[in-house]
Amino acid sequence: MNDLSFYFGLIFSGLVIKNVLLAQFLGLCPFIGVSKKTSSAVGMGLAVTFVLVVASMISYAFYYLVQVPFNIEFLRTISFVIIIASIVQLIEVITKKYMTTLYESLGVYLPLITTNCAVLGIALLNINYGYDFLGTLLYSLGSGLGFLLVIVLFSAIREKLELLDIPKAFQGLPIALVTAAFMSLAFIGFGGIL
Amino acid sequence: MKISDIFKNGIYKKNSIFIMLLGLCPTLAVTISLFNGIGMGISVLAILTMSNILISLLRKIIPAAIRIPAYIGIIAALVTIIEMLIHAYIPSLYVSLGIYLPLIVVNCIILERAESFASKNNVLHSAFDGMAVGLGFSFALILISFFRELLGTGTVLGFQVLPASTNMLVMILPPGAFLTLGILLGVINHYLNKKKEELENE
Repeated sequence: MNDLSFYFGLIFSGLVIKNVLLAQFLGLCPFIGVSKKTSSAVGMGLAVTFVLVVASMISYAFYYLVQVPFNIEFLRTISFVIIIASIVQLIEVITKKYMTTLYESLGVYLPLITTNCAVLGIALLNINYGYDFLGTLLYSLGSGLGFLLVIVLFSAIREKLELLDIPKAFQGLPIALVTAAFMSLAFIGFGGIL
Repeated sequence: MKISDIFKNGIYKKNSIFIMLLGLCPTLAVTISLFNGIGMGISVLAILTMSNILISLLRKIIPAAIRIPAYIGIIAALVTIIEMLIHAYIPSLYVSLGIYLPLIVVNCIILERAESFASKNNVLHSAFDGMAVGLGFSFALILISFFRELLGTGTVLGFQVLPASTNMLVMILPPGAFLTLGILLGVINHYLNKKKEELENE
């Protein structure tokens, strides 16, 4: 049985130390693509957090209840991708029908998440690290919130970068990537805490 | 369409990483050493070529409404095959690529080529397109991992080239990946801008 500090550590490591974006490079396409405005970055971050937690839980249950008993662990990648794609569709349909306000704010980002590697990556990592059910829940939640935190911070910096006088060759993406390098360097500093 | 045009587009005119900026996750994550970069490049090259061939063969059978799930299914099956092959024959590469090997499934390049090329062209052209884009991807990975390994550990493919005193640890840590790609993109932009100016002056 794991103690409380282990679970607290999982949230914290997902949030900053093993940050999905800056340390594990998962989900970089939305990080680069949807981070030009803070409002859309918040929407994307929330949508990813939501899908990440739900998809990890269902993948976890499917892996241990169906794949392990039947010895078909090698089909993990295929089944997880299909699970994630169906969950995204399902969430889209449900929120459209019952939670209209939520759909209006997150709806446009949902289809993009199917091919977001953060969702599949965290689902696979939970299995690789051998976390239990609570551990999976907390690590996914921490990672999702870590994604939200970094994409919002990054979009705020990018809004400022637009106004600066940057050499022509570095305008746009190159300077954004260099900025991400320094953010990543700052996040490495959290590594000593745990 | 000429085959030479397919190769030109895939390898440098529309390079998947430097020009289109697709498939960045593996590009940044595994390029700690040249060996990893080459391994990842070849895996993607093989999967991309086979998925383009299969999708082009099946393009008249797959109904348009469910084409994306069908493509993802085909790609996931190919990735599983490659994953099991690498696990069996190159275990060291399997360990160092880690979860980024199964994550090739959600690599945007492969789905993008399936959607925009293989579903509209014949098998031969699709096969060449897969090879060309895969080569362009491998080339980018090799370039990035070469600089990161050289500056981070002073080695090329494991052979010591620079003395240990010039090693910059940060290059093989996550920030080094962002920094290398950012600077390479800047250099490429500079070159492209110069070329554009020359064309305008003529």
